[in-house]
Amino acid sequence: MAIHITGGHVIDPGRFNGMADVLIDEGRIVAVGPNLKVPAGATKIDAKGRLVLPGFVDLHVHFREPGFEYKESIQSGAAAAVAGGFTSVCCMPNTNPVNDNQAITEFMLGRAKAAGLANVFPIGAITKGSEGKELAEIGDLRRAGCVAISDDGKPVMNSLVMRRAMEYALAFDVPVVDHCEDLHLAEGGCMNEGVVSTELGLPGMPSAAEDVMVGRNIALAELTGARLHLAHISTEGSARMVREAKSRGLQVTAEACPHHFTITEETVRGYNTYAKMNPPLRTGRDVQAIKDGLRDGTIDVIATDHAPHATQEKHLGFAEAPFGIVGLETALPLTFALVEEGVLSLEAAVDKLSTAPAKVFGLAKGTLAVGADADVTIVDQHEQWEVDPTKFFSKSRNTPFAGWKVKGRVRVTIVGGKVVFEADRMEG
Amino acid sequence: MSLKSKDLLSLAPLSVDEIKLILETADSFKEVTGREIKKVPVLRGRTVVNLFFEPSTRTRTSFELAAKRLSADVINFSPSSSSVVKGETLLDTARNIEAMQADIIVLRHPSAGAAEALALGVKSSVINAGDGWHEHPTQGLLDLYTIRERGMSFEGLKVAIVGDVAHSRVARSNIHALVKLGAEVRVVGPPTMIPAGIEKLGVRVYYHLDEALRGVQVIMMLRLQLERQGKALFPTIREYARLYGLTSERVQLADPKVIVMHPGPINRGVEIAPEVVDSLSSVILDQVANGVAVRMSILYLMSGAS
Repeated sequence: MAIHITGGHVIDPGRFNGMADVLIDEGRIVAVGPNLKVPAGATKIDAKGRLVLPGFVDLHVHFREPGFEYKESIQSGAAAAVAGGFTSVCCMPNTNPVNDNQAITEFMLGRAKAAGLANVFPIGAITKGSEGKELAEIGDLRRAGCVAISDDGKPVMNSLVMRRAMEYALAFDVPVVDHCEDLHLAEGGCMNEGVVSTELGLPGMPSAAEDVMVGRNIALAELTGARLHLAHISTEGSARMVREAKSRGLQVTAEACPHHFTITEETVRGYNTYAKMNPPLRTGRDVQAIKDGLRDGTIDVIATDHAPHATQEKHLGFAEAPFGIVGLETALPLTFALVEEGVLSLEAAVDKLSTAPAKVFGLAKGTLAVGADADVTIVDQHEQWEVDPTKFFSKSRNTPFAGWKVKGRVRVTIVGGKVVFEADRMEG
Repeated sequence: MSLKSKDLLSLAPLSVDEIKLILETADSFKEVTGREIKKVPVLRGRTVVNLFFEPSTRTRTSFELAAKRLSADVINFSPSSSSVVKGETLLDTARNIEAMQADIIVLRHPSAGAAEALALGVKSSVINAGDGWHEHPTQGLLDLYTIRERGMSFEGLKVAIVGDVAHSRVARSNIHALVKLGAEVRVVGPPTMIPAGIEKLGVRVYYHLDEALRGVQVIMMLRLQLERQGKALFPTIREYARLYGLTSERVQLADPKVIVMHPGPINRGVEIAPEVVDSLSSVILDQVANGVAVRMSILYLMSGAS
């Protein structure tokens, strides 16, 4: 069934930015422009005053299935994704069992297909069980549909193993993603190390724990020629090193999360476990460095690190509560706040949510080019709303942004030519 | 005048007037503890629950004695051996206790922030008896009381806090209160035990004990957790004792009227030489005695009794 999106402001980063209609048929973009020839019976979506964007691509989510379905399932995660405008998500392998083999990858893809909401791209483990010792069957994982490899959350500490993984990955042209954290330096830490951790009496993790691993990984990428993607960088030092690596032409890309460019370690005060994530919230100086990195292109991608946890887990003591917050349903307004602030142009913001991430993982997504998969997100850039976690599609509620008044809301999400989310219907 | 909050969770938010009120109220209870019949009926019919998730003898005993001398009913509850094993959360444990009409819950917990979390969840008053490395407000107050009892004024008072500041809740409570009261606070220890950004709390950092002790009127020694050796914080107890142990010779560097404090339990011969513990400068046992009076004052003020 054809869909005719009319009167919207279409932004296809690097290709088109202006008023146009979009015609979708048989799951693909058929035409973009004025006065389109519309087949009879096409569904019309009025996008007047709205933005029509290539569906967002999140390189970093945790959907907890298999193993921790009480936090999130692939179904609920995908529902949260499309409600947040994300038409494609890449799932980290720290499930139980770990996604370190073809069977788990196939299971995840099957669950995603059954959900029929967002496109789900699994990320395979670098090492068996993410234990950092022996390489997982990366060739098999790739063949089964994994789009990248990572031991996210359990970074590969052994530099030789990491070197071998990067070398081996070359044969499959698969990006290697690392959560940069020196586990010895960060041992026992539960927030950024600094005056706030000192006052609260909480064990800190210094920013150097991230920086040393960013430095190591860049050196190994240089040694091996691998495609290195740095997950959720959060420090001034990381941004500086990535900038330098890019200036030397290394194949290094980086992502930043909305919370790392929006709030600081001060949010932890009062032992707010919704402000506990890894990497931790940093200082105002780091937040500025992340914004600068986004502005000058050092940081390619905005990813959420969507990490659902059950309420009873987040209600433990600060040191005992798990790391992580949900992010899919708040990423858009937090990113658009950077546009308001003048950090990013509107087109650059859309690029970092959509086109750039697709490019980093080599996904045929993130564009409204004729012939592309019809993954489209329609946004009201100016709509103000209050974040209410009880209305999240995610099973979990762990966000530090509850009660925030934000601007920019997803109205319609289309995946593969099918409307999978409509705000009006929800409000109806 | 009364305390603003229903709880006593840390000294950081307390006003100077509130601190003074607690200390002045303690004076009258100090007098009670010197009587033959050491008991007053002000908390008769009230229930105080000591909820201790960490082993503690002196703090728990001190609270128990304080509550009993005020005629409150006291329950000691050490969940480490019961419900914690069953996976009950702190809040659920506390709500159960609250359901039994506890008026005041005294909480000792290994996690920083536990008292704050508890106070938000229950209507009973919560007194923090030590939460992780965060604060130990009643210890801070009894230390202040002991200083004041010696006739020292806080304004301009030179205080050295010595040892493992990073892992010490006693240090944090004292720093907040002493800085607020106008004292000049120095912290001294190996750089591995001085937490990041501590100078922003208004203290001066020293790495050499002799330098830090010059002219101080109060020396607060912190207990060295011997099990921290092997965590690369200090090489050996031998070297720690040589560099940061308080000896009689070092006490000479301080003001002639200096007092030496220690929250206990003491590692004799490690952070403090035995002859210093037993010297005339030592007020370590006064601290213990004052602890009961200060805790009576706090329980009394928090109960709203009059």
